[in-house]
Amino acid sequence: MQDAPWRPNAPLPNLRARARIVAQIRRFFAERNVLEVETPVLSHCAVSDPFIDSLEVEFGFHPGRVDERLYLQSSPEYAMKRLLAAGSGDIYQLAKVFRNGEAGRRHNPEFTLLEWYRLGFDDRQLMAEVEALLRTVMPGVTVRYLSYAQLFESELGLDPHRASLEQLRAACREWVDAPFADDDRATWLNLLMSHRLEPQLRGAVFVHSYPASMAALARRREDEQGRPVAARFELFVDGVELANGYHELTDAAEQARRLDADQRQRAALGLPQRPLERRLVSALRAGLPDCAGVALGVDRLVMLALGGEGLDQVISFLHPRA
Amino acid sequence: MANYSSNQFKNGMKVMIDGDPCSMVDVEFVKPGKGQAFTRVRLRNLLTGRIWERTFKSNESVESADVMDTEMEYLYNDGEMWHFMDPKTFEQVAADKNAVGEAAKWLKEQDKVVVTLWNNNPISVTPPNFVELEVVETDPGLKGDTAQGGSKPATLSTGAVVRVPLFIERGDLLRIDTRIGEYVSRAN
Repeated sequence: MQDAPWRPNAPLPNLRARARIVAQIRRFFAERNVLEVETPVLSHCAVSDPFIDSLEVEFGFHPGRVDERLYLQSSPEYAMKRLLAAGSGDIYQLAKVFRNGEAGRRHNPEFTLLEWYRLGFDDRQLMAEVEALLRTVMPGVTVRYLSYAQLFESELGLDPHRASLEQLRAACREWVDAPFADDDRATWLNLLMSHRLEPQLRGAVFVHSYPASMAALARRREDEQGRPVAARFELFVDGVELANGYHELTDAAEQARRLDADQRQRAALGLPQRPLERRLVSALRAGLPDCAGVALGVDRLVMLALGGEGLDQVISFLHPRA
Repeated sequence: MANYSSNQFKNGMKVMIDGDPCSMVDVEFVKPGKGQAFTRVRLRNLLTGRIWERTFKSNESVESADVMDTEMEYLYNDGEMWHFMDPKTFEQVAADKNAVGEAAKWLKEQDKVVVTLWNNNPISVTPPNFVELEVVETDPGLKGDTAQGGSKPATLSTGAVVRVPLFIERGDLLRIDTRIGEYVSRAN
């Protein structure tokens, strides 16, 4: 009888390197007096984002019964904001998160997010801190800062804020064979980013000042050209999307509107509508302190630090072997 | 024929794209942290050989292609069509010059090859990685010269011309790597 594949897919030296990196991360936050927290992986509510599918879990008070349906968290954001509103102060978490159906060389349905929030920081200050953390783990990395508009203008001669849907679609089709229909600007902008722009981003690149339409829950401001931009940034390292951060919007009514709008979009796309996290809205009503927050992929960070190309080298047991 | 949804795509899958049978050479899941997922596929058109990339939305579906690789025996060619036989069923197929392609240079009667069939029609022929073919024409080599270095052209029984060491003579049986079209060694 053949033995089942019991070995880890990541080499043991890599798992040791991973442990050293995680220790570095903890030291980084201890030095800055940022509190480590743990929030539930299992929740009665699911993420509203139409493009993230939560894994469903059956909970019963006796084997065989199903008394409740719960969802594996896809991000610790909701719970961490509830902590912030309760007066936690600066917090960070090394969280296991789950996304149904997301599997590939750089995606595992179960992965680790480092998420942290800093009171009184704006997106620029938080970017500087993300850079400091990155330099701790990857010393010698070259770091650049570019606005979303600068990136599109310099590489494609396109103003991502003002270009029409048709212009975006046409520009995208010059580079990507994507013959399907889609009326969402974000679709064409994201395709241009992933297929054409990201692969060219060598070293560490912070892309900031996203179009307001692509960051509903970030604060808004106007850039030097008077264009409304969102206080959102992303970090790419050697073309790999590594972190996503915001100067957080703290308006409860806007958050409630976003939850409902997401639910309507789910209905329109024929996607499951799951219980919305209304307790987040209550927390915001009680008062979320002015803060900036960021989520960073720890597995990808380790992969990049070790010079690897796939998550199979840094996750002990990938989904098929779990 | 069955349909495949983009989240079922796998390397090696045979599908119909714009009316042509294609093989999936590489399948990549693409998803930004915020935004919808796509499947990016490197495809090879099995009729034209063209390789390109197409991106699909996560719930798009494509028609599967009735493409099968079958081991067959090469029988003969009449200049226009190359004839092969399935050794298990004794069924014969005829492939045109387009379908046979580069393989024509390496086909020897009774050799086993892989014939790719689309709706039971041959669209390509893959010779074995190594074949043994006789030299029918080559300039005489220097007697006793078995040293390295120096090569000359040799014509094989199939009409293919390969570069061979100087000691190779007419009548020698050569082992050829068909993937790179080069002499490997003498076969006898």
